[in-house]
Formats: sequence, structure tokens, C-alpha cells
Amino acid sequence: MGWLFDAENWSGATGIPVRLLEHLAYTWLTLLIAAVIAVPLGAYVGHTGRGGFLIVGLTNGLRALPTMAVLILVVLWAGIGDLPVYTALVLLAIPPIMAGTYAGIRAVEPATVDAARGVGMRERAVLLQVELPNSLPLVFGGFRSAALQVVATATIAAYVGAGGLGRYVFDGLAFQEYDQMLGGAVLVAVLAVLVDLVFVGLQRLTVSPGLRPVGTGGKS
Amino acid sequence: MIEFRAVTKRFEDGTIAVDELDLVVEAGTITVFVGPSGCGKTTSLRMVNRMIDSTSGTILVDGKDVMSVDPPTLRLGIGYVIQQAGLFPHRTVLDNVATVPLLSGWDRKRARTRAAELLETVGLDSGFAKRYPAQLSGGQQQRVGVARALAADPPVLLMDEPFSAVDPIVREGLQDELLRLQGELGKTIVFVTHDIDEALKLGDRVAVFREGGHLAQYAKPAELLSAPANDFVASFAGRDRGYRTLTFLRADVPVREVTTATLGSTVTSNGWVLAVDENRRPVGWLSPVDGATEVTADKLISGGSLYDGSSLRAALDAALSSPSALGVTVDPDGAVVGVVQADDVLKALATARAAGEVPS
Ligand SMILES: Nc1ncnc2c1ncn2[C@@H]1O[C@H](COP(=O)(O)OP(=O)(O)OP(=O)(O)O)[C@@H](O)[C@H]1O
Ligand SMILES: [Mg+2]
Repeated sequence: MGWLFDAENWSGATGIPVRLLEHLAYTWLTLLIAAVIAVPLGAYVGHTGRGGFLIVGLTNGLRALPTMAVLILVVLWAGIGDLPVYTALVLLAIPPIMAGTYAGIRAVEPATVDAARGVGMRERAVLLQVELPNSLPLVFGGFRSAALQVVATATIAAYVGAGGLGRYVFDGLAFQEYDQMLGGAVLVAVLAVLVDLVFVGLQRLTVSPGLRPVGTGGKS
Repeated sequence: MIEFRAVTKRFEDGTIAVDELDLVVEAGTITVFVGPSGCGKTTSLRMVNRMIDSTSGTILVDGKDVMSVDPPTLRLGIGYVIQQAGLFPHRTVLDNVATVPLLSGWDRKRARTRAAELLETVGLDSGFAKRYPAQLSGGQQQRVGVARALAADPPVLLMDEPFSAVDPIVREGLQDELLRLQGELGKTIVFVTHDIDEALKLGDRVAVFREGGHLAQYAKPAELLSAPANDFVASFAGRDRGYRTLTFLRADVPVREVTTATLGSTVTSNGWVLAVDENRRPVGWLSPVDGATEVTADKLISGGSLYDGSSLRAALDAALSSPSALGVTVDPDGAVVGVVQADDVLKALATARAAGEVPS
């Protein structure tokens, strides 16, 4: 543990703050790209009820992909760099986000959706004003599990020469500096918890108090 | 006005839910669709706002074929109240009510002001505005549902079993409230229920449906009870048909004098004495005793229903439910004016019948 608290490791271009930021950047951008793909797909299929098999097939298929194999394949095809890292991580993050969004929309009370149409909402409004807000708890569930997996797996970026906290793990392994390796692993775990907390906070801010279990608030 | 012209609905699986329905709902009146489960009431209702499209026939709302209007536009102009309210759980009560005005393009401030007004109209004080539906009782949710449907002031209101999920007392309150509102607003209302009592109470006209989506009879409540078109309507209207007919009869029943006494006073009477409070509101009966007696709360026998001059049914019920067999008659302030007796009610009925006021 000495490594982790050595002031020398907390400064410079390869210091812990820099690696942490790199790791966060991978996580954030990965989740953003995955969300742009997975949320509209999950929402559309959830809303129309058509193509549910597509969601199930796609999520299962992607889940079965070994992330390491994707990484190496893209490296072979496009060379070392960020592209293989993002490709592998995005493919990892899509299934939980898509499944969460789809499940969230399907779980909205049919009576609520019927009421939305009944008062005169067009399909777009039904989705954006009623289905999505009501599905947020499950959508967040998907994002949180995606974020955990991405934070943990982003370590492999270092395997193909990129940055992030994985550097410490792989360098430690290579130079048999187990101190450094352990320190890197601990940092990844701490970051995962922090990222999850951020999502918990976001969830509190965006999910309507009306959707919380009765008795736990809502008097805003 | 809503007009059904030979409207039929056949679902993909071949079920005929509504069969050649011909019916006119007059503007400014309440028409109730009533009938056993599965007879096509909801389907008929939902064809008006195109939540379901008819297979054949025409539905006109204020002379316009509904099929010529695109559904969301059509629905913005037709209030819709759904069983169990169907409120949006993620929106506050105020925002639920403001939904339709906002969809119709009102600015947020005006929509909210209007929503707040409407909450008051349906009897919810402003403390409810910020609550979420899950924090309301069933009856309160129904009120919000009605307010939401009224928000953009549509001329037509569709209500599908709006009060079926609340207990009988709350339901009666909501029914009275609806009648009061209708007195002010004069909407064209189609109201679905499977409760014949609710139908008879609320409807200016009642459409009785029977299995297979057939209209068995379409008539005024009194006529339905006194002249059912067939055995189905007769049995659906129930065993107490004769008694219920009295609901629709107003006739003069002689109001007799009664001995009253305020609590704490001393009376001498060899008959029943009606105890009243300082505003002459009835509080209970004192059974006949010999000699003078002080009127105290513990000696009182609680009374039956009160007769407010509304109908023969209320008069008869007051007499029958009273421990003294004297039906307490009250004025609009609830103060005692006298008593009615069951045989006087029956005589009044016979007189009305002889005069041809009772359809038979
Ligand atoms: N989407 C549908 N597909 C097939 N059949 C349907 C559909 N909706 C309703 N039906 C059938 O149409 C008939 C009329 O249904 P509807 O809902 O109008 O009845 P209802 O009178 O409102 O009954 P309830 O009092 O139970 O609400 C029923 O036999 C029902 O099973
Ligand atoms: Mg129904």
C-alpha cells in the first residue's frame, strides 16, 4: 500500500491524477456513445412493442462477445490507439443500457400510456413526456451496471498501449512491482464506487418524486 | 351533440363488440351507457375519441365525422376520464391537470393558473396542487381525473366508469359533485357504468346495452323503470323497480306537525317527541312516556333518513326508516318542518297515478 500513498506517484505526466482523468474520460465518452446508440433503440422498440426479439438478440449477442477479442481484432485492423479501446468498451456498455431502457419503457403502466393518448398526446409526446420519465429508474439501473463494467474493463486500454489506471496494473505486472499493481486495482475499485455515487445523485435529481415508493417523500 | 349511425365494431379476432348502434346524445345532457360486463360500453365510448376505430357506420361529434379528424387533434377537444383516474404518476396534481392546455399550445403560466382554478372547481384545495397522484386517495384521484378532462373546456366529456374504484359513500359524493358541475357547465357527457343505480341517478337518458353489443333500450330513467322495453331491461333494472320509480316522482305529500323539544328541556307528551338542536335540526327521537320527562342525549333513539321534499322515494324511505314511523321532513337548511307518513306517500302515489303523472 505504500505505493498508493507515495507523494511521488501523485504528480507528473504519468501520475495518479492524470491516469484517473484518463480513465474517467474513457468511461464518460464510452457511456455517452453507448447511450446515443442504445437509448433511442431501446426506447423505440419499447414504445412500439415491435422488434423486441431484436433487443433480446442484440443484447445477448453483444454480451457473448469477449471484450479482449474485440480489442485485439480492432487493433489488428486499425492499429494501436483509442479506437480499439472505445470500440470494445462501447460494445460492452450497449447491452445493459439498451436492456434497461427497453425494460423501463415496457414496465410503464399500460393505463398510463393509454391515458396519455386519450388526452391527445402524439406518439412522440407519449414517449418523451410519459414513457421515458416513468422509465427512468430502470434506465438508471442500466446505466449504473454499464458504468461499473466500463470502469472495471477500461483497464485493458493499457494493454494496447493507451492510458488510464490500467497502466499501473499492466506495468506492475510486467515489472513485477506488485505494489503498483495492487495500487492500480484499488484505484479502479474506488473510482467505480465514486462513479456509481454520481449516478445515484443524478437519479435523485431527475427521477420524479412521484415515482418514489409512497411515504418516502415527494413533498417538494 | 354526438350521433352514432349504424356503428359496428368487429375486432380482429371476430368479436362483435358493438352491433349497428344508433343513438343520439343531445348537447348539454348526460347519457349513461349501462349494461353487464363485456357488452360493448367501453368500445362504444372509445370510438367517439378514436381510441378505437369503428369497423363501419359513422360517428358525428357536433356534426363532424370523427374519422375526418386526426386522432390527437380530435382528443384535445374531447375530455376523457378513465377508470382509476389514469393520472400521470410522475407529474404533480397541478401538472396533470395542466396537461391538455399545454398540449393545446397554452403558455405554461396560463395553463397552471387554469389548472389551479379547476382543482378548486372539483373541490380540492390548493394544498393538493404540489402532491403526486400516489399521495392521494382514490376519490381525490378521481377528482383530479375530472379536472384534467375539463381543463381545456371541451364541449364533450367521455367518462368510463370514473367512480367504480371508490367506496359507495365517496362515490355518492362524487356523483352529486358531477351533477352540480354539470348544472354549471352543461357539457355533453357520455358516462359508462355497470351500476344501474348510478345510471338512473346521473343520466338524463340511459342506454341499456346487452351482450353482443346490442342496444336494448334508450330512454329517460323514469321510463326505463316504468316501461322497460323487454325482459332484459326489466331484469337488469332490478327487483326494486317499482320502488325506484318513486325516485322520479315529485308529488305533494301532506306534512304533519310533530312535537319537538330542544335538548335539556322538559316535555310532556304521550306520543313520539323529536329532539332538535338550537337550529331546529333533528338529533333523535324520544319514545312515548307518561308524564313529564327531561330530554337528554342518552334517552334518544337515532332517527332514519331525512326527507327534503325531493322525491316520493325519499319521503317513503324517511317514513320507513324512522323509529316512530314518522319521516322527518327538513327545509334546505336542515331544520325540521314536520313529518310524513308512509300511507300518505302511497295515497299521493295513487293520486299521481290517477292523474296520469305516472307512466304505467
Ligand atoms: N382489443 C380487443 N380485441 C378483441 N376483443 C375485444 C377487444 N377489446 C374488447 N373486446 C371484446 O369486446 C367486447 C366488448 O368489450 P368492452 O370493453 O366494450 O365491454 P364493456 O361493456 O366496457 O365491459 P366492462 O363492463 O367489463 O368494462 C367484449 O367481449 C370484449 O372481450
Ligand atoms: Mg368497460
